Amino acid sequence: MALKWKRVFVVALLALVIAAINLTLAPKVFANIEAFEFNDSELRERYQDLAVILRCPKCQNQNIVDSDAPIAADLRQQVYRLLNEGYSDDEILEFMVARYGNFVLYEPPVNPLTYLLWFGPFGLLLLAAVVVFLLLRGNKKAAKDAQQLSDQDRERLNKLLNK
Amino acid sequence: MKRRLMLFIPLVVFFIMGIFLWQGLKLDPRELPSALVGKPFPSFTLSTVKNPEAALTEDVLKGEVSLVNVWATWCVSCRQEHPELVRIARDTGLKIFGLNYKDSRPEAIRWLEEYMDPYQFSLYDNDGRVGLDLGVYGAPETYIVDKDGIVRYRFVGVIDRQVWLNELLPEVNKWR
Repeated sequence: MALKWKRVFVVALLALVIAAINLTLAPKVFANIEAFEFNDSELRERYQDLAVILRCPKCQNQNIVDSDAPIAADLRQQVYRLLNEGYSDDEILEFMVARYGNFVLYEPPVNPLTYLLWFGPFGLLLLAAVVVFLLLRGNKKAAKDAQQLSDQDRERLNKLLNK
Repeated sequence: MKRRLMLFIPLVVFFIMGIFLWQGLKLDPRELPSALVGKPFPSFTLSTVKNPEAALTEDVLKGEVSLVNVWATWCVSCRQEHPELVRIARDTGLKIFGLNYKDSRPEAIRWLEEYMDPYQFSLYDNDGRVGLDLGVYGAPETYIVDKDGIVRYRFVGVIDRQVWLNELLPEVNKWR
């Protein structure tokens, strides 16, 4: 029993380590370098942050930095223009959502439509925990039951063994 | 007995997942819901392909139900759907407005002369600004705009006879 738990623990730890490596090795990769001039570095930083979380409507699995699609270039241009016009980050995201829908956001907003998406995994985790708990308890009970033979059973067992 | 039944749980789960995945096969991830449906057509001031002097606003779209078709000469699928647009304009009398998207004027004029012109006129959106306000992410796209200038429907892709009869015509009739 103890050995089994040890193994589970090791696998879980491995999974965590792999996830962590993935997260650190996949940071912002800037594939498209345009000559956007920024007057101050804060704007540039905000540009870079925004461009990574906006999704290209045409090449659906790329953000607007990674994508070579003309539409992605347009959106980068818009982000640049809006930043320079003094829009806040939220206003820029709103601007994009008003035109392209929530689809342009890599992180979908939390609303009744997306509750399942956001909280579903936790629900499944809870369900799994309940199942594991029930199974373990069932096992223990079965093991206990197995040890307690009724007198009748004992008699039968003896008969069988002596035969 | 109860334990026996429990053994069927994986099978049930498998079928439930199967149903969802099967449905998923039929979904087209490229079909984005338009953020603009139910909202007024974005405001603009544009010239037309044939008349650089014109200054038209979104008010030209009001009055009756119409189609706004986003096209460009660089767009291969636009050529494919063009004959159907010509047919729709001729046979149904429905007003079709063009939105010439990020194109060059001389080439657009040549195209209209060569392939016939189904449009009332084509708005000339050279820098793609109106296209962006519309949420255009690839031509051809076609919008149904009602008499008050409200966007009612968006179709992305090539309009052929099938699409017209099954998707667009019912919507047009709904808003007429």
